[in-house]
Amino acid sequence: MFYREAGQYKTSYAADMAVFPLRQDRIGLAIIIAAAYGLAFTKNDFLLQAVMIPFLVFSLAAIGLNLLTGYAGLLSLGTGGFMGVGAYACYKLMTAFPEVNVLIWILTSGFFAAGIGVLFGLPSLRIKGFYLAVATLAAQFFLQWAFNRVPWLVNYNVSGAIEAPLRTLFGVPIMGPTATPEVRYLVVLTLVIFLTWIASNIVRGRIGREWMAIRDMDIAAELMGIKLLPTKLLAFAVSSYYCGVAGAMLVFLWYGGAEYTVFDINQSFFTLFMIIIGGLGSLIGSFFGAALIYMMPIGLGMLLPAILAPFGLSIGSETIEHLRFLIVGALIIFFLIVEPHGLARLWQIGKQKLRVWPFPY
Amino acid sequence: MLGKFTLGAAAAVLIGATALPAAAQDSIYVPLLTYRTGPFAGSGIPIADGMHDYLRMLNERDGGIGGVKLTIEECETGYDTKKGVECYESIKGKNPAVVNPYSTGITLQLIPKAAVDKIPMLSMAYGLSPSADGNHFPWIFNPPVTYWDGASVFIKYVAEKEGGMDKLKGKKIALLHLDAPYGKEPIPLLEALSKELGFQLILYPVAAQDMQNQGAIWLNVRRDRPDWIYLQGWGAMNPTAVKEAVRNGFPIGKVVGVWWAGGDDDARAGGEQAKGYKSLDFHAVGTDFGVIKDVQKHVIDKGLSKYPKDKVGDNLYNRGIYNSMLVAEAIRTAQAVTGKKVVNGEDVRKGLEALNITEARLKEMGMEGFAAPVKVSCEDHNGHHKVFVAEWDGTKWVKASDWMEPMKDKVRPLIEAGAKDYAEKNTGWPKRSEPCAKQS
Amino acid sequence: MDILYKIFLEPFALMASAPDLLLQTLWEGLVSGVLYALIALGFVLIFKASGVFNFAQGIMVVFAALTLVGLHEKGVPAFLALILTIGVMFVLAFAVERIVLKPLVNQPDIILFMATFGLTYFLIGFGELIFGGNPKQMISRELFLPQGSTDLQLLGGLVRVQHIDIAAAVIASLMIAALAVFFSKTRIGRALRAVADSHKAALSVGISLDQIWVIVWFTAGIVALVTGIMWGARSDVSFALQIIALKALPVLILGGFTSIPGAIVGGLIIGVGEKIGEFYWGPLIGGGIETWLAYMIALLFLLYRPQGLFGEKIIERV
Repeated sequence: MFYREAGQYKTSYAADMAVFPLRQDRIGLAIIIAAAYGLAFTKNDFLLQAVMIPFLVFSLAAIGLNLLTGYAGLLSLGTGGFMGVGAYACYKLMTAFPEVNVLIWILTSGFFAAGIGVLFGLPSLRIKGFYLAVATLAAQFFLQWAFNRVPWLVNYNVSGAIEAPLRTLFGVPIMGPTATPEVRYLVVLTLVIFLTWIASNIVRGRIGREWMAIRDMDIAAELMGIKLLPTKLLAFAVSSYYCGVAGAMLVFLWYGGAEYTVFDINQSFFTLFMIIIGGLGSLIGSFFGAALIYMMPIGLGMLLPAILAPFGLSIGSETIEHLRFLIVGALIIFFLIVEPHGLARLWQIGKQKLRVWPFPY
Repeated sequence: MLGKFTLGAAAAVLIGATALPAAAQDSIYVPLLTYRTGPFAGSGIPIADGMHDYLRMLNERDGGIGGVKLTIEECETGYDTKKGVECYESIKGKNPAVVNPYSTGITLQLIPKAAVDKIPMLSMAYGLSPSADGNHFPWIFNPPVTYWDGASVFIKYVAEKEGGMDKLKGKKIALLHLDAPYGKEPIPLLEALSKELGFQLILYPVAAQDMQNQGAIWLNVRRDRPDWIYLQGWGAMNPTAVKEAVRNGFPIGKVVGVWWAGGDDDARAGGEQAKGYKSLDFHAVGTDFGVIKDVQKHVIDKGLSKYPKDKVGDNLYNRGIYNSMLVAEAIRTAQAVTGKKVVNGEDVRKGLEALNITEARLKEMGMEGFAAPVKVSCEDHNGHHKVFVAEWDGTKWVKASDWMEPMKDKVRPLIEAGAKDYAEKNTGWPKRSEPCAKQS
Repeated sequence: MDILYKIFLEPFALMASAPDLLLQTLWEGLVSGVLYALIALGFVLIFKASGVFNFAQGIMVVFAALTLVGLHEKGVPAFLALILTIGVMFVLAFAVERIVLKPLVNQPDIILFMATFGLTYFLIGFGELIFGGNPKQMISRELFLPQGSTDLQLLGGLVRVQHIDIAAAVIASLMIAALAVFFSKTRIGRALRAVADSHKAALSVGISLDQIWVIVWFTAGIVALVTGIMWGARSDVSFALQIIALKALPVLILGGFTSIPGAIVGGLIIGVGEKIGEFYWGPLIGGGIETWLAYMIALLFLLYRPQGLFGEKIIERV
């Protein structure tokens, strides 16, 4: 009833090709963004620090991986490593040039990740599918080893960890221990919205279409005149850029410090879960996936005691943890069976249904 | 729509759960970050139970501390930094008295937050060694010893066995360590000592993925033939190392573990031949102490613990007891210093700085011979207390040396330099503004 | 020049000067190679028959070993526990087929791959819930696995051979031989090979896919159990073991996803390669290179032969 496009005429090609051709979509998006900014003023530190900031950071990483896997069809398990490159590059840059604003370095650090990504993306021309996935594991393990073993990367810190120094924007601390979750949340939110906007334009343009052509059948794409190597490497570069920026934000705007284990293989797997559950080849799916995979265990951790308490079962924290694993595993399988194309597909179906509601005939 | 529904439900629960106002406090909230799952659960479970059982015993026996009940809550971290930070965020709003992160990785993350959130952090004999400097880290405490002290005692012990410090020249001493910040902690001190005393230091890093796959490392050991091995491992790495030492015919009596490598299961894995494996320790094992008897009587026998009855008194279980004893004493001291009954984080920080557990107090607690006295000051958040070497006799740990003083003169300058370095690298590191509380 | 000397001469000089150590390194490499090969074997069996890249193989290893030890701890005699564990693995195979695979038939590979992740999580939670998360000792003695070691005087030095390692090699060989016979001589084995070649053709000649899948997962479960017993006897049974399963991945790309001989040869190459690399070249860059060396070997190899050592030639059609 409310979600109808009747009466909205497109009078130019530009209007027809707009990202959000429907007025309702535009309004909805505006409301969501406004609400997201509004959350910063709820003063709920737990919500911001332990839920929203990581959710946004992981969404960005998921977008990065989705560009590669969902759009260009190249399976990668090196996400954790590429995120790490971003984080360590950012650390080196901002300690070497403390006078430059740190936001510039966060955005620059992605380029280093992109470079490393291209390097490890080189085999993608020869190999594909699971073989490629395992090959990217080489990147994952090598990079992890390097973060741990090259003391230069951590400025020879005794602890072997990188820490977020105090950095300000317009005099307000946005990084370091004194930066409030609200400020960091706003910074993260703004960066994520900005980068998502860029990504949505990339995938709708020539580059994105080339990627999708390669994904659907690379030989056919080659016959149509798409150069495989540069296009695939570009996919690796852009994807790693996003992952790198996400990694830098993860450490400096969320954790406030990290050791190399943060970027271990589990990070790579988790990002992959997010895009598969969320929906391959869908930007909004990356957000759904990140929300589900990241928030589901937290939610379960809170729900389970509440559910079990009335039965007189007070269970220990470890039992909750076991149940958490068990249920998350079962839910992953459940979601895959119910909708193998991910939450993004459910979203689309929902929108379709809403269009004709309440008179589906 | 299912996804949206789940999301909505999860979000609603989240908001609901966090928005609950903190109830009017008539108890002291002591959160325990523990891990009973994951690859490190083997070491984590006895510690978690020990910490829980002692505090529970205080509640059962004395009705808490100073008449105030303790609210004990465990949060499962799985030794995973992400989950640890999540745990911290979920407890920090509930006015915790003190936080025990129980992971060097999580400790490193929380160090900068402690001062901002005004929550003291007790990383008992783990964490960042330089955080022993109270001038730079007013909110972080790591008594009774640091890893650097431990390594120095190990060197002292080796010297004793070899017949003097001068005999160390030309000896090969190896550090077999987990390839993570925790494992790498003792390296700076050992390097400094190797220069000074003329022994050769060999490093054998073990990556976390290869914890149970140490074949190549032990081949290196066979090639290099070190005279002594110092084991700084954790979780599944320790039993594997002990097994490999036995397998490769390395004299097990010359393997000395840091206190975290002293789990009963770690040594038991080596079977008969692990007899003679050594480990540093700062508290006794067994159940022949008043305090353990009380725990058995008030907690274990009532079925309030998850720990198997026959394993009470294991090394790592007693480590948990010791840890909780420090927590409880800090709270007790805080009550004495501030005069309040229900103390908060800021009070406990003062309590920790004024912590002075004397021989008399130990006796009072039924801990005579269980541990050495502990004293913490405003500058020195560690104390660099004595440790001893324990030896595995095939079924349990027995004391194999006297209480040994760490080389404080070597360790302290390194700590102060490390702390200064840390503060300098983190621009904007706050200067200490907390006044030094006097012992009442 | 110094660095070149260290890379190209010193390690070989060391090999020549201490042949006993070289022999020992090779032996250690072969033994871990056998164990990697066993894990890879589980992957290959399932991939061949159902096209599923079974990430859960690693946790199946832990789960099987844990069930065995856990049952024994609860007072079940060792051999009864072994039989019960085999039963549990069958139930698992059956459940996986019914609950996970069947509804997901014909989905893209990556979805099935993801489903095995879900299975991994489920098994971690389930295993810990029932048997607890603390590491347990393998009941080697009760299963009459040999213990101790023999020192061989060879090449002017000492080579130490663990009896359990010999047993592992023997048992692995026996199992592979048994599998080979099973695949080539029995009716079910032939049906398995038919399914591996083409699902549709197999269906059309009356082979039940459901049944085949249960059998394949069950076989993989048995392989996992054997692997778990062997690894468990070397260190102990804990959830940290599942990380080792990641070591099987380079073995797979080296050997090819669909080749059983590939898994074995690949396992041995990776096992020996990484031990030699770590031992002779590792110290040059600070050691600990074992974690990624295998992947690098496999990656370089892939560039030369994308389908792996024994993999079928990839033919692409538009």
